[in-house]
Amino acid sequence: MIDLSKVKKRSTADIAKRIVQDIPDGASVNLGIGQPMAISNYLPHDREILLHSENGLLGMGPLATGDQIDPDIVNAGKQSVTMLSGASLCHHADSFVMIRGGHIDICVLGAFQVSIKGDIANWRTSDPNAIPAVGGAMDLALGAKKLFVMMEHLTKSGESKLVQECTYPLTALDAVNCVYTDLATIAVTPQGLLAIDWVEGLSFEELQEISNVALINSQS
Amino acid sequence: MIQKIIPSVAEALRDIADGSTIFISGFGGAGLPILLLDALLEQGAKNLTLISNNAGASGVGIAKLVGAGRVKKMVCSFPRQPESGAFDELYRAGKIELELVPQGTLAERIRAGGAGIGGFYTPTGFGTELAKGEDTREIDGVNYIFEKAIKADYALIKADKGDRWGNLTYHGTARNFGPVMATAARCTIAQVREVVELGALDPENIVTPGIFVKRIVQMGAAS
Repeated sequence: MIDLSKVKKRSTADIAKRIVQDIPDGASVNLGIGQPMAISNYLPHDREILLHSENGLLGMGPLATGDQIDPDIVNAGKQSVTMLSGASLCHHADSFVMIRGGHIDICVLGAFQVSIKGDIANWRTSDPNAIPAVGGAMDLALGAKKLFVMMEHLTKSGESKLVQECTYPLTALDAVNCVYTDLATIAVTPQGLLAIDWVEGLSFEELQEISNVALINSQS
Repeated sequence: MIQKIIPSVAEALRDIADGSTIFISGFGGAGLPILLLDALLEQGAKNLTLISNNAGASGVGIAKLVGAGRVKKMVCSFPRQPESGAFDELYRAGKIELELVPQGTLAERIRAGGAGIGGFYTPTGFGTELAKGEDTREIDGVNYIFEKAIKADYALIKADKGDRWGNLTYHGTARNFGPVMATAARCTIAQVREVVELGALDPENIVTPGIFVKRIVQMGAAS
């Protein structure tokens, strides 16, 4: 067992900042509900990035406060948001034309598991008592040109969320391009999972051991 | 003369029968036609099939109808909501049917219904448990599943402004499912914030042309 107490894990903010490095100027980006929404706080001012919200808003601004709050202008998580100058509105079918038609450059989703082939499971656990709810996850996972996953590397009980085969119900097959965790950045490639970078205090060998799936070392 | 403005909400919903299939616009609270939903509760129709993104939240709108036992089936993408208590309880007790549809597939099935298309092939859901039993097809190297169009007896939608020909504009992201649902129902009923004179809406800005709308009720209209 690797002792992770010596390792400086990435916070949600750190992971968000790492993902932002891979979002180019001019990109259209959909941020999934939950952890990925934090990315909107770290978008650089020197790049124009168009945030898409699947309920029909392209050019979404920061969360609304005070007088800006309009209950008819919300994000996918139903929070009140603002619209940037240049924003546009559309109906739901057109919004998913943007997604399914491959017009959105990057989507960032949370996940329970990602497999070595890029399969993603993120919409339900195996808990039979949970109310199943899929929302836009299945459309987003395979519609965007690139799918990034933002998640913890390990489950609460210490198991790797990178897996040989997903055991939770699948959201999409062969969809993930890159995984950003509190420990590492890992690209899904035809040759296998490629470890791009990992946190200080952790060796590649240790990352390999806790990940429990074969990794390729990009730094060797 | 064309006159789609109905002076009372009750009259607008008068012929909704037991067993009807009804589209409800809205994404969470944005675009939810609360005036029409409250009137539907009053009107009494039961054994309803409701098609909407969510299954109700916070004890208002759809949640009231579900809680009153008037809904036999929900077709939606995301039933789990804060305080969606009524739905959760009935679902766990096996007293309400749920057809779970990915959000983009839901929008496109409704669009197809309104456009006279029988169904379509989409990559969304391929290889997942939601695609069990669906026809599949490989087209140019991509795997697709077949999804059938949806139509409904009624659409209850929320718009911003409307005129007596049925033309509608919307406000913000309250637009969401309204324009597509309006095309796919036999009878679309819109609640609007404001009824305006014919000609007051700029034709360039009308989102739902009046041909898709049968009845309009203004907020604050007589019950």
